[in-house]
Amino acid sequence: MIPGFGLSLGVTVTILSLIVVIPLCSLVIFSAKLSFADFIDTVTSARVLASYQVSFLTALVASLINAVMGLVIAWVLVRYQFPGKRIIDGMIEIPFALPTAVAGISLTHMTVDSGWVGSFFAKFGVHIAYTRIGITVALVFIGIPFVVRSVQPVLEKMDAQYEEAASIMGASRAYTFRHVILPEIMPALVAGFTMAFARSLGEYGSVVFIAGNTPFYTEITPLLIMSKLQEYDYASATSIALVMLAVAFLILFISAVIQSRASRIVSGIR
Amino acid sequence: MKQQKDSGAVKWLLIVISAAFLIVMLILPLIYVLITAFREGIQPFLAAVTDTYALKSIQLTLEATILAVLTNTIFGLFAAWCITKFHFRGKKIISTLIDLPLTVSPIIAGLIFVLTYGRQSILYPYLKSLHISIIYAVPGIVMATIFVTFPFISRELIPVLTAQGTDEEEAAALMGAGGWTIFRRVTFPHIKWAFLYGIVLCSARAMGEFGAVSVLSGHLRGKTNTMPLYIELLYQGYDFTGAFAISSILVVMAIIILILRSILEYRGKKSEE
Repeated sequence: MIPGFGLSLGVTVTILSLIVVIPLCSLVIFSAKLSFADFIDTVTSARVLASYQVSFLTALVASLINAVMGLVIAWVLVRYQFPGKRIIDGMIEIPFALPTAVAGISLTHMTVDSGWVGSFFAKFGVHIAYTRIGITVALVFIGIPFVVRSVQPVLEKMDAQYEEAASIMGASRAYTFRHVILPEIMPALVAGFTMAFARSLGEYGSVVFIAGNTPFYTEITPLLIMSKLQEYDYASATSIALVMLAVAFLILFISAVIQSRASRIVSGIR
Repeated sequence: MKQQKDSGAVKWLLIVISAAFLIVMLILPLIYVLITAFREGIQPFLAAVTDTYALKSIQLTLEATILAVLTNTIFGLFAAWCITKFHFRGKKIISTLIDLPLTVSPIIAGLIFVLTYGRQSILYPYLKSLHISIIYAVPGIVMATIFVTFPFISRELIPVLTAQGTDEEEAAALMGAGGWTIFRRVTFPHIKWAFLYGIVLCSARAMGEFGAVSVLSGHLRGKTNTMPLYIELLYQGYDFTGAFAISSILVVMAIIILILRSILEYRGKKSEE
């Protein structure tokens, strides 16, 4: 028998309770005190509904961009040899290492109409900072490593013999990609997309600077919770937070279903 | 095995697209911070980073990061040991709860601590009679930092320990080794690199946490402002040089973290072989 079961379980459960379980319980207790009518009122008020729309749309667009670019980058990193590959591989983690507030002010300062990047786009009448485009840019920044790091290991492990077989049987490169490679990496791609999407929905630090936070236009849901908290309106803040939590768990659940179905199709077990 | 080759044109097109995307999206914001920090010369930069409030914020960030890393290290080691070396009921629940902080928005993380220790909490009268303030004070900032970085170390250790199995520890225990000896001599050599890797990831996130800390900080200059919060304050006061000067410290830390990370990943892969 390996020793240390009681001690390690005890320490684990104690710290887990103090940091995660008790705070979560207080959320449950506080939610139970909310009146149902008030809850519905709060979470369906026009301003809150508009914030769901902003959060959802920008997170969706950003995660779709990340799914495509993440796949391309992972492909390039796994399949090709070229100078500077290791540096590019290391760069992927920048959004994990760089504090979100720093990313936020940097992206904002660059993309305002007088900034380096902003002045270029302003010539074409495209404004980035303080619009939904800006929010999307910030979310693309924070989401990209999720997709790359989830697809990369699967591509690395993939057996080249199916591709060879497909090409021997006369399949074009595009056909092979769509019908041989894509189904194989689909579960990983879905996982990466969902992680990026879930993270984008809850993201605050990098978005709050670039969004401009105009109600009904660029106000994201986490920011709305923040402003309710600053007004000490804990009931409204908790109500909106419950909706966000429910959506986050729903996304994770759907992703788990899609992943298990996709991997079943690939492995042929039904 | 020979792999089917893409034509040169497709290959280089994809490489150029990837490189361009990463340079514009990831490298440019990083370099922009450094350039803007020094735009007005070295003097304003030094003035900004040696400001009393700046130094206080650096100190608070260091304190919170060290405490978070310490707590999560202790937790990570015990939790990984408990989850991978024993079979017991409720294991699945424990590992789900450990990963939970990753799926919760930082703002909600802050909110749950406000609900636990804030004015409307049942604990509030007791805390008040003991003169302990948690929210809008340093303990709240530390707890929020621990919460958002909670799974970082255990998540790195658990897969390595699962792959390693329990045979070696069982053999050592049969031969009469105590728990601490088994851990130090048998288990730890396996998880050394993963452990250091987890610490690096944990410190990176702890240093930069913004949302959760922002909810729990009273935004008191010199008292409850961490570096990211101080940056926000400067930026919103239109002190761009100051904001970017403090940011540049975090950018340098981020670059160090990335370099450490790739070294540790490389060493970890090598020791597995």
